[in-house]
Amino acid sequence: MADLTTRFAGIKSPNPFWLASAPPSNSGAQIHRAFEAGWGGAVWKTIGPPVLNVSNRYGAWHSGNQKMLAINNVELISDRPLEVNLREMAEVKRAWPDRAVIASAMVESNRMAWHTIVRQIEDTGADGIELNYGCPHGMSERGMGSAVGQVPEYCEQITAWVMEVSKIPVIVKLTPNITNIVMPARAAVAAKASALSLINTVNSIIGVDLDTLQMTPNIGGKGGHGGYAGPAVKPIALNMLSALGTDPVVKGSGLPISGMGGIATWKDAAEFLLLGASSLQVCTAVMHYGFRIVEDLCDGLSNWMDSKGMATLDDVIGKSLHLVSDFKDFDLSFRAVARIDTSKCIKCDICYVACNDTAHQCIDLISSDGKLVAPHTYDVRSNGKQIAVETRPQPIVREEDCVGCRLCYNVCPVDHCIEMVEVSSGRESVTWDEICKGQKDVTEDWEKMKQYRDKVGIHIH
Amino acid sequence: MQQTATPGQALAEHVPPLSAHEAIVEANRCLFCYDAPCTHACPTHIDIPRFIKKISTDNLIGSARTILDANLLGSTCARVCPVQELCEGACVLGSEHKPISIGRLQRYSTDHIRQRGIDVIHAGPATGKRVVVVGAGPAGLSCAGQLARLGHSVTVYEKRPLAGGLSTYGIIGLREPVDASLAEVEMIKRLGVAIETGHELGANLNLDDLLRSFEAVFLSVGLGATPALDIPGEEHIVDGLAYIEQSKIDPTAMHIGRNVVVIGAGNTAIDCATIAKRLGAESVTMVYRRTDREMTAYPHEYEFVKNEGVAFRFLTQPIAALELNGKLVGLKCLRMKLGALDASARPTSELIPDSDFILPADQVVKAIGQQKPAIAKKLGLATEKGYLKVDDNFMTSISKVYSGGDCIRSKGSASTVMAVQDGKLAAHSIHRSLY
Ligand SMILES: Cc1cc2nc3c(=O)[nH]c(=O)nc-3n(C[C@H](O)[C@H](O)[C@H](O)COP(=O)(O)OP(=O)(O)OC[C@H]3O[C@@H](n4cnc5c(N)ncnc54)[C@H](O)[C@@H]3O)c2cc1C
Ligand SMILES: Cc1cc2nc3c(=O)[nH]c(=O)nc-3n(C[C@H](O)[C@H](O)[C@H](O)COP(=O)(O)O)c2cc1C
Ligand code: SF4
Ligand code: SF4
Ligand code: SF4
Repeated sequence: MADLTTRFAGIKSPNPFWLASAPPSNSGAQIHRAFEAGWGGAVWKTIGPPVLNVSNRYGAWHSGNQKMLAINNVELISDRPLEVNLREMAEVKRAWPDRAVIASAMVESNRMAWHTIVRQIEDTGADGIELNYGCPHGMSERGMGSAVGQVPEYCEQITAWVMEVSKIPVIVKLTPNITNIVMPARAAVAAKASALSLINTVNSIIGVDLDTLQMTPNIGGKGGHGGYAGPAVKPIALNMLSALGTDPVVKGSGLPISGMGGIATWKDAAEFLLLGASSLQVCTAVMHYGFRIVEDLCDGLSNWMDSKGMATLDDVIGKSLHLVSDFKDFDLSFRAVARIDTSKCIKCDICYVACNDTAHQCIDLISSDGKLVAPHTYDVRSNGKQIAVETRPQPIVREEDCVGCRLCYNVCPVDHCIEMVEVSSGRESVTWDEICKGQKDVTEDWEKMKQYRDKVGIHIH
Repeated sequence: MQQTATPGQALAEHVPPLSAHEAIVEANRCLFCYDAPCTHACPTHIDIPRFIKKISTDNLIGSARTILDANLLGSTCARVCPVQELCEGACVLGSEHKPISIGRLQRYSTDHIRQRGIDVIHAGPATGKRVVVVGAGPAGLSCAGQLARLGHSVTVYEKRPLAGGLSTYGIIGLREPVDASLAEVEMIKRLGVAIETGHELGANLNLDDLLRSFEAVFLSVGLGATPALDIPGEEHIVDGLAYIEQSKIDPTAMHIGRNVVVIGAGNTAIDCATIAKRLGAESVTMVYRRTDREMTAYPHEYEFVKNEGVAFRFLTQPIAALELNGKLVGLKCLRMKLGALDASARPTSELIPDSDFILPADQVVKAIGQQKPAIAKKLGLATEKGYLKVDDNFMTSISKVYSGGDCIRSKGSASTVMAVQDGKLAAHSIHRSLY
């Protein structure tokens, strides 16, 4: 059994899984139950100034039979009175000394207001404070949340105010609604924050109801942008996590990063860890299935770590980060081609149409006697399962023409049926950066490029 | 306490319709294969992934149109097709997973428009050309509807009081209720097709008159009655087709024996046995002169009827129906054994001398196929193995006279969907011949 014990900016928890600051961590009673279910920590639903919520708060994006690949919300910070939240926070921390209890806070952009809230939180015994610079709706209209997170100077200023008084670790939670995530992170580093977390929700509009032409969700005849989260945002989150992990300033600061955005399974969790997160937060998946999911998050992660011979989280954290590179440093001579395992292939021909219509026209349909056949050419008088199955041609990749785009691999419905196999390109390894440095003209003039391709043997079909 | 069902309930459509949720979940399971094998396997080549995808996008009108565009009788086919042998049998998910329930999805879309009275297929601009169809079964309706889509004026003559052919009279209500068949007839009528019932070619209609009034004739007369067994006491034996017909048209007045014996082991025999069992027979036994390996019923039908509690006597040949005081009391049979393979590689069955025994029965039903079309001889049409002979364009030996459906099915097994495809292809041949 791998050891999942987590230490994050001095905050300890028995496992890296914390409830993100959101509805699942709205009250002491809920967090109590979450801890009973096994959650390692909880970032309390953001506390701050008085708010009023609306109804029809959540929209969702579904795809096929999969419900809620993402949620969208126009919920504000906690609408429960501040003193109730603070009292319950103190009770929970007292009852669960081994779990991480972190208060998320957001107040007016005013030094005194921040000093006050920090002190109130510290009085509860909480292990840390997360500064919510991310809420993209409502609070931002009042100059808080992402209105702060989107302006690195405000980020730095407010973090500095907090650091003036805070005695417990301070985590700055970043908004993804920004062109370059590194900027607010550097601001937090400059203000001497203890840690970073990301991502908060992404600006989004879920859609329009086609029966009523009303916005979804419909808030009394209106609708608007809300924060987007859940499995669909994971790739965005992983990118931002990696961007911080590879930025010299942020990396150099050594600030730990709490990763979130789309974590639903232990596999997602492992990927966040591999790309540098050292604690993990979850919201949407819990909202979908309840606190019980933490059991497999821990169990699956620990079994996987055992299978990899990884004993502690330190063996996992950041292990793949060094592979994150820029395009200019990729090996242009690396070549992979698609290969179909005909024993697994069910001949749905999805790969065929994908490659033929939208990639490089290099999957052929081959009859059982080895002939090339065009689709839709069977005799209209033939029918019945036997003929349909027996005469169905087999898709085969013409490897010499395959550019290795990996589209077919992505669309194939059968696991491990199409593999991308590495083949020798016969060319010496070279990167775009090296070509730019050595033969600049090739990158600027199509004639020169043509000569270069001829010379090294690159043929584009 | 068990509630007794009325005969109508006992034989009501037994596959429930899919709910909206079930349909969408199932539709989403379809992979949307390219040049899909299910479409190839369907004799009418309905673009199955396309109609299923439309269910998943909530475009049920487009879905139904996709189905009916290829198969005007898609609603009947959704219910009666042996899908295990056709589309679903070819589904790529069949090997390791559960094939898509194509038939039930097809029913879902076609029911949707039927229940709402929406027409998705329309007649073409009028050409002024007149075609006549004889026989309003699936082949005739498909041909008539397709000709109407091509703009021709079509009259269908049908000898029975109701149109629909075996869909109305012959396919057990468990699979297709009468109203589903008649709704389809109405849809064809709304394409402008005139259906005249009570008109029989060879009785109150003759071919020469038809050829004078119309530019082409399509014969879709199906097959004949159940052939004779030529055994003593045959007058006490009930005709299986009539048995099924009554179960659909007038089930309450139907007489069901206590101990019923069904002669035959094809799909019709299975339907007769099912009716007897469901309408209250204490015991139902099917007798067949070969074994379950040679029977022509589909394997899924055989399984179905075994589950209904029907017993089987294989290698058994009926030789006489026995009566006592004018009432049937049993069926005298001989035992058989399998012999050498015949031309179709089926083992022949041979009588075992002196092996006779009596199966007690107060009702015996014969379901041993249908007679070849009698019309061929009457009209002087060339035949092949007793069926009407047609060329690649479905034209018979008489010019301008076309034919399709069961009456030309000299090879392969007769089914509704094959009849529909014949009708459709013949309509296009006729259409080409008119210009
Ligand atoms: C009991 C039974 C169960 C079956 N179950 C299935 C099933 O589950 N699935 C399946 O796919 N297939 C089934 N079949 C087969 C299917 O019903 C037929 O293949 C299909 O109906 C053939 O269509 P058709 O139009 O050629 O003939 P029919 O349906 O037989 O229609 C012929 C029509 O022509 C009319 N007619 C005949 N002679 C004349 C005349 N001289 N003048 C005017 N009208 C005339 C008849 O009254 C009839 O309406 C079953 C058949 C039977 C007998
Ligand atoms: C309904 C809802 C309410 C949220 N409220 C808050 C909040 O009050 N404070 C906060 O910092 N983040 C809030 N979030 C953002 C989550 O903490 C988290 O950053 C985001 O949902 C991404 O994680 P996920 O993909 O696991 O949901 C909220 C998210 C949702 C869906
Ligand atoms: S990798 Fe791309 S180019 Fe190669 S076969 Fe697949 S889809 Fe075609
Ligand atoms: S997508 Fe996969 S399963 Fe389908 S035909 Fe291509 S290789 Fe075979
Ligand atoms: S073969 Fe099966 S999965 Fe493929 S399109 Fe047909 S029904 Fe769908």
